[in-house]
Amino acid sequence: MPVTNVIHDIDQLTLTITAEFAAPVERVWQVYADPRQLERVWGPPTYPATVVDHDLSPGGRMTYFMTSPEGEKFAGMWRVTAVDEPTSFSFEDVFTDTDFNVNEEMPMSVNTFTFEDLGGRTRSTYVGTYASPEALQQVLDMGVVEGATSAINQIDDLLAA
Amino acid sequence: MPATDEDHADAVFHALGNRTRRDILRRVLSEEFSVSTLAAEYDMSFAAVQKHVAVLERAGLVVKRRHGREQMARGDVDTIRSVVAMLAELEVIWRGRVARVDQLLLEQ
Repeated sequence: MPVTNVIHDIDQLTLTITAEFAAPVERVWQVYADPRQLERVWGPPTYPATVVDHDLSPGGRMTYFMTSPEGEKFAGMWRVTAVDEPTSFSFEDVFTDTDFNVNEEMPMSVNTFTFEDLGGRTRSTYVGTYASPEALQQVLDMGVVEGATSAINQIDDLLAA
Repeated sequence: MPATDEDHADAVFHALGNRTRRDILRRVLSEEFSVSTLAAEYDMSFAAVQKHVAVLERAGLVVKRRHGREQMARGDVDTIRSVVAMLAELEVIWRGRVARVDQLLLEQ
């Protein structure tokens, strides 16, 4: 299992995942720099991701949507804030409509991905900070995880009933 | 951060990391079930299902009460909407992404 550490910061609403990959930093960077590779890793097989625009440079954006088994599309956008190829990049992950118009009232997360050379292997650190508990809920409601998320959706239905 | 939050996150993550337990949680969120009724739904022993319910209970995702000879289980909505539980659920998503990166890198 490549995941080596996970930190939940309840107060800061931050999740930090550290993983080690058997590939050099430049190769791991390519996974994010190449839209065809990125879409293979971003969404699970049950909610495949499609990357539309992809500009991994400061001020650039990456637009994507994920498609549910029922064909429903969930769209989002990375607003790239900093890039230090091939060792790190930062972005805001925001929700959009299917034409990629950002709803500024929708919650977002701030993310930094860091890639560190371990002599031919790579240690990747993924840090995501969510704006509010509602932002976290929104991410999970997007339906990106099979099973557990259906449970969350059911709670919403129950509360709405 | 208090160690108890981390411990709770571990417990929630462990509980959600199993397909049968996610399925049990789905059922008991919509209505209360007796453990024996749940057990009849799965191709496993009563004791095994009872153990899964206990894991969910330790994570705070399910609450149990006695009703006559039956143990009744239902989902705890407050816990599931808690930040601890949501971060644990997010961890499931991120572990999936890491596993797919690893798989992609191994292909070449």
